[in-house]
Amino acid sequence: MDRDRQRAMLRDMLLARAFEERAAEEYTKGTIAGFLHLYPGEEAVAVGVLHACEPSDYIVSTYREHVHAMVRGIPPRSVMAELFGRRDGCSRGMGGSMHLFDRERRFMGGYTIVGETYPVAIGIGYAIAMRQLPEAVICFFGDGAVNQGTFHESLNMAALWRLPVLFVCENNHYQIGTEAHRHSAVTEVYKRACGYHIPARRVDGMAVLAVHAATRVALEQIRSTGMPYLLECETYRFRGHSVADPGSYRPKVEVRSYKEQDPVTLAIEETLPHYPLPEEIAAAGPDVIAGLAGRMSELGHLSEAELKHLQEEVAEVVEDAAAFAAASPEPTEADLEAYMNCNRRDEVLIR
Amino acid sequence: MSEQMPYWQALNRSLDTALSADEAVFVLGEDVGLYGGSYRVTEGLYAKYGEWRVRDTPISEGGFTGLGVGAALVGMRPVVEIMTVNFALLALDAIVNMAAKIPFMSGGQFPMPLVVRMPGGVAKQLGAQHSQRLEQTMMNVPGLRIAVPATPQDAWWQLGQAIRSDEPIVLLEHELLYFSKGSVDMQAEAPPMHRSRVHRRGRDLTIVTYSRMLDVSLQAAAHLAEEGIEAEVIDLRSLRPIDWDGCMASLERTHRLLMVEEDSRFAGAGAEIAAGLTERCFYSLDAPPERVAGREWPTPYNSTLETMSIPRPADVAEAARRLCRT
Repeated sequence: MDRDRQRAMLRDMLLARAFEERAAEEYTKGTIAGFLHLYPGEEAVAVGVLHACEPSDYIVSTYREHVHAMVRGIPPRSVMAELFGRRDGCSRGMGGSMHLFDRERRFMGGYTIVGETYPVAIGIGYAIAMRQLPEAVICFFGDGAVNQGTFHESLNMAALWRLPVLFVCENNHYQIGTEAHRHSAVTEVYKRACGYHIPARRVDGMAVLAVHAATRVALEQIRSTGMPYLLECETYRFRGHSVADPGSYRPKVEVRSYKEQDPVTLAIEETLPHYPLPEEIAAAGPDVIAGLAGRMSELGHLSEAELKHLQEEVAEVVEDAAAFAAASPEPTEADLEAYMNCNRRDEVLIR
Repeated sequence: MSEQMPYWQALNRSLDTALSADEAVFVLGEDVGLYGGSYRVTEGLYAKYGEWRVRDTPISEGGFTGLGVGAALVGMRPVVEIMTVNFALLALDAIVNMAAKIPFMSGGQFPMPLVVRMPGGVAKQLGAQHSQRLEQTMMNVPGLRIAVPATPQDAWWQLGQAIRSDEPIVLLEHELLYFSKGSVDMQAEAPPMHRSRVHRRGRDLTIVTYSRMLDVSLQAAAHLAEEGIEAEVIDLRSLRPIDWDGCMASLERTHRLLMVEEDSRFAGAGAEIAAGLTERCFYSLDAPPERVAGREWPTPYNSTLETMSIPRPADVAEAARRLCRT
């Protein structure tokens, strides 16, 4: 992977973390209301998956989607303005945190009824397959969503009609407060795909490069075979389900052990220069020496100073987003009516 | 030039015309393809347009209606057939939470040219789970439009209009109407999709109704005429939006409202229509509005009881007489 891509991924993860922490802060101030589901801990999934897609691919996401939206290219300003319910939000203040949309960037929405993302995704996939385009659909869902009927209905139709959909499970092991072994008879989500002859794979969702590589493979396979694919990313959310949830049902030791694998820290470590000791190279064996050497030269380009600069840069972006959101006007009733009737065109309904 | 044809065939012609005019149109549902549709509505279309345009689905109402929503987001014009309205309960998430809300909650970014057709009503001894009227369930959803064609001509017009619209539209068809014949003029210009239509002129009372109850009301009106009571009969043709002005114009002349619906009375379509017209015409009314509606029962299988469960022409005539005496 090239240095710029890797650096861009690192930046997105740093931005994601800073943005979400700011959102939590704004929520306590009362500038953001309603339900707010934050992403810290899961950054490697959104960043790894979405950096592997094409701009022509479609994204269908859940209610924990601020980071998906930003990695997809929706400016942090319009995401934050949407969280504030303002007119410059990406859904013009009509959607809120859980319903981010951006047609131009093919970001097809955040959905809150668990299990809705699958039918939307296969519908877009149906249109793509019918028009024989080289596009694909990325369908996000959580481990709690695999027990909805639409999961099985949609996987069946996707396989039956060969629809180009990449089903991405963000398995954070909890359906709100119910741990996977208490909500699923089969806790390995990827295994369920075999019931529909859909190729599937599980990947370490805390390791951004692994997620990225697995997504690339999956998308190549989708584009070459036309079959859907399921990628299960094992991850963890550091916070509760939403800001209203302290997450007290999880043992402290579990939270701590995942924090040790913090994907942001891991990503920073990956990009920092680390020159293996001669013993490490020797222990790796002759076959991988070349690989390790290549890796060193790739990874040796980010200095501590550059990292600090990146962190400062994303902090500024977040600050700017919050200021922009606060200054954005409230939508009016006339705006609302216009959105309600956005598809009326010149149709006359009665008179 | 008009032709006599059954309701199912008018729908079939309408689908055929839409499929041939626009490649974005596709039909999907259980047994709509090879089998030709449970009520023949899609007969012949699979052979003509192929499996991608006329798609037989698995029995997954929630999944394939949601598929229609996803396809509509990217500019397709899906026509989803749900085999009966009763099964639509499994698809309500796609219709109510998705189709009706996405264009709005995205701030007006997305089209939703989705049509969901569903036959319903009390047919012939199909039992409680196959004889429902669920119009009130969807009438209360801002963002949806509901058309209820009662004649082959309206079936032809309204399905075509629904497919051409960029808004999500539910078409409630009646199972007992599929094989009723009427004349269809395929060249005639369609009236606006949600405008009501006066089927019979009269001076003494206004019967407001829709779907199969139009026929029941017209039968009642014929009896009443023999007794010297002249009923005006209005077919709403639409349950959301409602053509209030059309109904009001009639009530301003007759001063009496009788609402006839097959749906159960409690919180049914007629409750909203009677309330809405009372608010609008209170000072023109000479009597409180009357409602004739289905009984508060799950539909019984027994034929005699089933017949009693929904309005008959005699029930409508009796209510009209009562109304005209007050």
